[in-house]
Amino acid sequence: MATASVPAGGHGDPTRRDFLMVATGALGAVGAAAVAWPFINNLNPAADTLALASIEVNVQPIEVGQAITVKWRGKPVFIRHRTAQDIKEAVAVPMSELPDPQTDNSRVTDTAKKVRPEWLIMIGVCTHLGCVPLGNKPGQDKGPYGGWYCPCHGSAYDTSGRIRKGPAPLNLVIPEYLFTTDTLVRIG
Amino acid sequence: MRKLIVSGAIALAALVAGTGAVVLAAGTEAHPKHQHWHFQGPFGTYDRAAAQRGYQIYAEVCSACHSLSLLAYRNLMELGFTENQVKGLIKDIVVPDLNDDGAPIERPARLSDSFRKPFPNAAAAAAANNGKAPPDLSVIVKAREGGADYLYALLTGYVPFEKLTPAQVKEFAVTKDDNFNIYFPGHKIAMAAPLADDKVTYTDGTKATLDREAADVTEFLAWASEPWMEDRKRTGVRVILFLLALAGLMYAVKRQVWADKH
Amino acid sequence: MASSHGTPPVFNNKVIAWIDHRLPIFSYIEKEYHTFPTPRNFNYFWNFGAIATVMLVLMIATGVVLATNYTPHVLMAFDSVERIDRDVPQGWLIRDMHMNGASFFFIAVYVHIFRGMYYGSYKAPRELLWILGVVIFLLMMATAFMGYVLPWGQMSFWGATVITSLFSAIPVVGDSITTWLWGGFSIGNPTLNRFYALHYLLPFVIVAVVALHVVALHVHGSNNPTGIDPKGPQDTVPFHPYYTMKDGFGVVVFLIVYSAVVFFAPDYLGDAANYIPADPLVTPTHIVPEWYFLPFYAILRAVPDKLGGVIAMFGAIAVLFILPWLDTSRVRSSTYRPIYKWFMLILVADVVVLGLCGANPPAGFWIPLSQVATLYYFFHFLILLPILGKIERPLPMPPSIADAVLKKKAG
Repeated sequence: MATASVPAGGHGDPTRRDFLMVATGALGAVGAAAVAWPFINNLNPAADTLALASIEVNVQPIEVGQAITVKWRGKPVFIRHRTAQDIKEAVAVPMSELPDPQTDNSRVTDTAKKVRPEWLIMIGVCTHLGCVPLGNKPGQDKGPYGGWYCPCHGSAYDTSGRIRKGPAPLNLVIPEYLFTTDTLVRIG
Repeated sequence: MRKLIVSGAIALAALVAGTGAVVLAAGTEAHPKHQHWHFQGPFGTYDRAAAQRGYQIYAEVCSACHSLSLLAYRNLMELGFTENQVKGLIKDIVVPDLNDDGAPIERPARLSDSFRKPFPNAAAAAAANNGKAPPDLSVIVKAREGGADYLYALLTGYVPFEKLTPAQVKEFAVTKDDNFNIYFPGHKIAMAAPLADDKVTYTDGTKATLDREAADVTEFLAWASEPWMEDRKRTGVRVILFLLALAGLMYAVKRQVWADKH
Repeated sequence: MASSHGTPPVFNNKVIAWIDHRLPIFSYIEKEYHTFPTPRNFNYFWNFGAIATVMLVLMIATGVVLATNYTPHVLMAFDSVERIDRDVPQGWLIRDMHMNGASFFFIAVYVHIFRGMYYGSYKAPRELLWILGVVIFLLMMATAFMGYVLPWGQMSFWGATVITSLFSAIPVVGDSITTWLWGGFSIGNPTLNRFYALHYLLPFVIVAVVALHVVALHVHGSNNPTGIDPKGPQDTVPFHPYYTMKDGFGVVVFLIVYSAVVFFAPDYLGDAANYIPADPLVTPTHIVPEWYFLPFYAILRAVPDKLGGVIAMFGAIAVLFILPWLDTSRVRSSTYRPIYKWFMLILVADVVVLGLCGANPPAGFWIPLSQVATLYYFFHFLILLPILGKIERPLPMPPSIADAVLKKKAG
């Protein structure tokens, strides 16, 4: 603080005194920073939350044409066992028709680069404003492109989960996943 | 003045010590003998091998009645097991869950699951155990006066009915069906002696004596009560060394500042 | 505010000068914590005000962070505290700091109170300063009590049951008051919720009263070990750097002891039974409050009558409010009161004895001992203090603080 000078006490050698002051101040600052860290770190995700950061799902019971929803990191994840027809339609779409061009193959590749066209795994959150699209359960409106349809503002997704029509700007997001066996997939 | 400070410090110390030395309710139970634990003292750590054997005892013996609900299977990795070892340990364990239609099901346990509870709730646990629910063991070492020493003493403190003196039988009204323990308050304990020589066959080949089993399961439960203990002590050593250095510097600064006033 | 330094400070930094011209916070800090004339002869007992302030800040900081992870519900409170220990990153550290911080806050405040009593810091013109201090002490007790309920262990539950039941001793309306306190017919979820809300609120009330305490302190300045008012610049030093550095050193030494407990014996001051989840159907065999309440708990139990015990317990604190008027001595400091000095130490011993009585079951010789100690406590304040002030002959006092300091150096 810049203040009117007040005669400070002490007749000790000024250099030694300054050194002591600076050393103490520096050590004190280090201590304060070290104390601050646990307080900040406390608000990070806890071990039980992190333990659920990746989940394993057994996809064996999902019949062709069916889909399930699992909860992952507090959000729904759609896992659809696609029919040959689904795949054919998805592959056939020309890139020029897509607002967010992505090939179907790139959306069904796991982190080991293995392509499994029959399994489509996506985060079930509309990229417009965060609603959960319909179409994952039997009997729900799949929308005009046979994939998913968001009832909030009318975004329609195709059988690859790509945005085709409506206000959503991007395709449904593909999380990182890995098939550890042919029927066991680890998401996250 | 100095005398006064000293008396003040002594009085304060007496006050603090007095609260720690809470006298146990007058009883005939023996005072648990102090055992040497690997985790005691300011630098003590858990004996991983003993605690791992202790987990085997918990899994094969205790878990039939006692829950360990504050622990998750993933915590076993902190005990020195690898992820695959833990998956092997829990491969036959199923835990309750709900299916998509809300119906109760059982599914294989995952690393993120809490330890399976032997009973669905406290009332069921009490009903299955003559009206007294077996306590959860998650913090048992912290929840008993005497801690690990008490637990070890309790597990090794059973006296068979035929070895009791007639005076004891009379004084405590012990019958053949009671379990007599010299360390348990009131002596009659609902839990029958859980451990005995060769109660388990240790996977690491250690000979399973009663003492070994009791010490191992106590080591495991001490860890379960406070898995972060080693982190705590490590941090503490650093913090205190730092504060000592800071105190030394502060003292030097203070003396410098006051040099012309003394 | 302190009037001894007349000219306002001049700030060279333009930004500081600009702000200070409109909101004189820098002038305030300058005047009250830098140039503030402070008696030059403090001993280390005068560190404990600063130490208590540091503990208060530490308690609020750790408490706010703990609150972000705690769940105030009877079914989840115990487990949420364990989750803080087990799963929240460094949660165990914050909880151990908070849990033991309460004890060390009380240690600092008890030493601070003792210092005030021994050196007569409550005497004119500092009566309101003292009374504000007693208000802080009461607020601390309420805050600590409600905080101890939050982990929802056996001692939390039964301690809360016992202490709230004190109010049922009030004639006629007692039962209605306890029902109102509980928000039900026993301690339950509504009780836990309101205690949590108040436990979060009261520390900030304490901060406000501490601010008043400091304002009152700076009107006439600090007392000192001689009890003689400073008579001129030769008796004082500027607060900074003399006492900032001395307080800083004292705080660090105190933190060393505190850290030793936090890191190497975090559960030593607690009770094992509080690691058993609360069970409304089973009372622990031996209910004890936290150590800092034990002397008052002993006074409560010493009186063999429900209402009488409650009155005695609250009376033990209420008597502190009128202490400035019970003490009739003209001399502040015990240094110059040859008889009172010893009675002051006997009072400390009496409070320690009361603490031991509170820690032990009310049986055997503990009962008469607690009764004698309780009687002595009130004897000290209500009879001894007024009479002793009249009959005691004080020792000769030095003419000024500077003289006392020089004499001590020579001797």
